[in-house]
Amino acid sequence: MAGFNKVVSSYEEAMQGLEDNMTVIAGGFGLCGIPEGLIAQIKKMGTKGLTVVSNNCGVDGFGLGLLLEDKQIKKMVSSYVGENALFEKQLLNGELEVELTPQGTLAEKMRAGGAGIPAFYTATGYGTPVGEGKEVKEFNGRPYIMEESITGEFAIVKAWKADRYGNCMYRHTAMNFNPMAATAGKITVVEVEEIVEPGELEPSQIHTPGIYVNRVIKGSFEKRIERKVLAKEAS
Amino acid sequence: MALSRDQIAMRVAQEFQDGDYVNLGIGIPTLAANYVPKDISVMLQSENGLLGMGPYPTEEQVDADMINAGKETVTASTGASIFNSAESFAMIRGGHVDFTVLGAFEVDINGNIASWMIPGKLIKGMGGAMDLVAGAKNIIVTMTHADKHGNSKLLEACTLPLTGVNCITRIITDLAVLEVQDGAFHLTERAPGVSIAEIQEKTAGKLVVSGDIPEMKFS
Repeated sequence: MAGFNKVVSSYEEAMQGLEDNMTVIAGGFGLCGIPEGLIAQIKKMGTKGLTVVSNNCGVDGFGLGLLLEDKQIKKMVSSYVGENALFEKQLLNGELEVELTPQGTLAEKMRAGGAGIPAFYTATGYGTPVGEGKEVKEFNGRPYIMEESITGEFAIVKAWKADRYGNCMYRHTAMNFNPMAATAGKITVVEVEEIVEPGELEPSQIHTPGIYVNRVIKGSFEKRIERKVLAKEAS
Repeated sequence: MALSRDQIAMRVAQEFQDGDYVNLGIGIPTLAANYVPKDISVMLQSENGLLGMGPYPTEEQVDADMINAGKETVTASTGASIFNSAESFAMIRGGHVDFTVLGAFEVDINGNIASWMIPGKLIKGMGGAMDLVAGAKNIIVTMTHADKHGNSKLLEACTLPLTGVNCITRIITDLAVLEVQDGAFHLTERAPGVSIAEIQEKTAGKLVVSGDIPEMKFS
């Protein structure tokens, strides 16, 4: 890997260094904008005891749901996990721990983690089970709870295009949590649809500057749709 | 007669003002998008990162990279913008979204809402609901006035784990429109043909009825 060239040619290389009991921050919302090949590689590696921070945990047999099959996940930090029967089973068995976190708080925890901010105050969750045991502070007469930020040993991200320097662009709502995840990993790996030469992406249109990115790999994506809903046919 | 789901949605849509940015929850709230008055424009926010949500796509328009917060395929309307999740919740938490409409299991006289968790049943998560109720300028709760066993969902104090405290000011049910203030529900409208007595009977929390209570109007 010379200079700023972040491109790697194999998934083994992309996920090299991932070990048991590490924290992995993953982009994606449902099955939209998920690093499919990087998840498959973690499954192949068989790494165990992982803490995975991601808005959702995929579905049975796809996305992060794959990592449940061999019980590789010890703990999920998510806002919504209702799409997955295996998740439910392992949770009820006590094989899996879940920390339910409001969606906006989760995004901000990643953003703050990547920005070097250890904690922040938010009104979200005050007076609810989410606020239990957390510091409360009043600002302008309104109570807020303190939430700590999140970083991980790895971040796995799905982008549309990246150049060899790791500058990334996302496509449509496949952006979601990916830009925040990209900032919050000690090693950030981005799986992309297309790798281009530096200079091909308009600098002001880049969503994730390459400084956050350690490795880029070109993937191929199934892009499974969770709920296909069509406009009612005109009668 | 109690309102149908679509009639509740029609009544919700009457609340929208021209130029409002609106976040609609799953279920009845989403239906309100179908009844926005023709002479006004509202822009729908979907918290996965889309402002200006359009209709569902045709088969040709389906794009796996274009979904709404319910994970359904969707389109972007003309003038839409797409952004990341932190930005999306910055506009929610920062009070920039004018209206949030969401469902609930229970609401109480202090404006507390319970909508995400029933102990003993499987916990799926709160998604963006806690952020939305903590951040929006105006929140409307839509729900049936009572559950299928006839138990009131408008209570003195919520019994289920809360989604947010002191945040609900308006409720639109299948029987009535109510404002929440000063530790009571204030009846402002009733569904056509529904008596005040029936609303009183199905409201467990303190209910204030003052003066004539008009029926809802549907044009």
